[in-house]
Amino acid sequence: MSLSRRLLDILNFLALIAMLIAVYMALIEAPDAINVDPAIRPAQRIIYFHVPSAWSSMLAFFVAFIASILYLITKRVRWDIWARSASELGIAFTIAAIISGSMWAKPAWNTYWTWDPRLTTYTIVLLLYIAYFMLRGAIDEPSRRARLAAVYGIFAFLSVPLTFMSIRWWNTIHPVIVDNPENPNKFGLGPNMRITFMFTNIAFLILFVTLLANRISLGWAEERLDALKEKLNF
Amino acid sequence: MKRYLDVVWAVLWKDLRIELRSKDVFTSMAVFAVLAVMIFNFAFELRVPDKTVVIPGVLWVTITFSGVLGLGRSFISEKDRGSIAGLLLAPVDRSAIYFGKMLANLLFILIVEAFLLPLMVIFFNTNFVSPALLLLLFLGTLGFAAVGTIFSGLAVNTRTREILLPVLLFPVMLPVLMAGIRATIGLMEGDSIADLAKWFNLVFFFDILYIVVAYLTFDYVVEE
Repeated sequence: MSLSRRLLDILNFLALIAMLIAVYMALIEAPDAINVDPAIRPAQRIIYFHVPSAWSSMLAFFVAFIASILYLITKRVRWDIWARSASELGIAFTIAAIISGSMWAKPAWNTYWTWDPRLTTYTIVLLLYIAYFMLRGAIDEPSRRARLAAVYGIFAFLSVPLTFMSIRWWNTIHPVIVDNPENPNKFGLGPNMRITFMFTNIAFLILFVTLLANRISLGWAEERLDALKEKLNF
Repeated sequence: MKRYLDVVWAVLWKDLRIELRSKDVFTSMAVFAVLAVMIFNFAFELRVPDKTVVIPGVLWVTITFSGVLGLGRSFISEKDRGSIAGLLLAPVDRSAIYFGKMLANLLFILIVEAFLLPLMVIFFNTNFVSPALLLLLFLGTLGFAAVGTIFSGLAVNTRTREILLPVLLFPVMLPVLMAGIRATIGLMEGDSIADLAKWFNLVFFFDILYIVVAYLTFDYVVEE
């Protein structure tokens, strides 16, 4: 127990440092985007927050998907805790990505919201995982809740890759940054911006792992609390 | 294999026979579908320059909303009558039960569609029905029934049951719904299946995906 406690402390500290450096790089170190209108150059820096949030949410849903499969195979409480922790984080990162995207869209597209396929499919992904927690909330018996939630978690993930691909398949106004076929150097950012972009992505990865580790340890505490309540007929 | 198909057929025939005697599901679905088309007509009347532009949306939304009514009953009636225990105790592969019920649901929704399409042709005064559209509708409905049946089994185990089913089902159905509506728009604008292959493939791909995942997970949904 104390070892994992210490690991958590190290992770928390690492995440703090990484995020502080990320903020510095995104706001000060990264150069202005010279190819966009001067008025929206400050807003362009949202990319260093928006893209890593979106990727972290995809990663979170992927972890939830794998954990759901593992739960059905092994029936171990561990994987249920993983699945619900990762889904929760996925929702948080999705909301972060949607809000930061709107903040950028106002100056860039002159509207906070547009019915673009990327935005629509991503919002549906958010609803999918809200439905996941509604399903959990509607079942009282823990093992049945875990089992049915795992089945839903698997179905929910099926449309996540579609959201990711939607900017390539549909005519959307959402920018494509990585591996853009219309861009000769395959990358929509200059070399100096690229370093910041990469670093903020790594920082968010560390943040994601840290939050997940904390949420899982909280999940175990919840389990123990439930077991105690059961014992005391609370 | 023969035995497996016998079980699928037995479950399908059971559901059909219940429906033929009570006509509960079909009546509600069909009446709801007509109502939905009426309400859409009121909503768009004089507001939309050309009513034919809303046909793809009206068609798919009506099918989805009326379909979910029937899907909800699929397992609720089994649970309420207690017959689900009998089904599960039968010494057969449980996925066969899934396929039987899925085919029954597919058939119910297809019958509602057969009833809805001529009605929409009359109400919107446009003949938009083509073989390609029928194929598209069949593929879309297949995916809908595939997920809907297993989610019906999921929802029946919860406190909120039929309220929860659409909330669970619609977001998962979205890829099929989106591709279906896009392809219907294309067909109405005169594109051929080859032009719209991307959307047909997407619906087909998700059908296969849904059926395979449902086949793999159905045991966990009904296990007690």
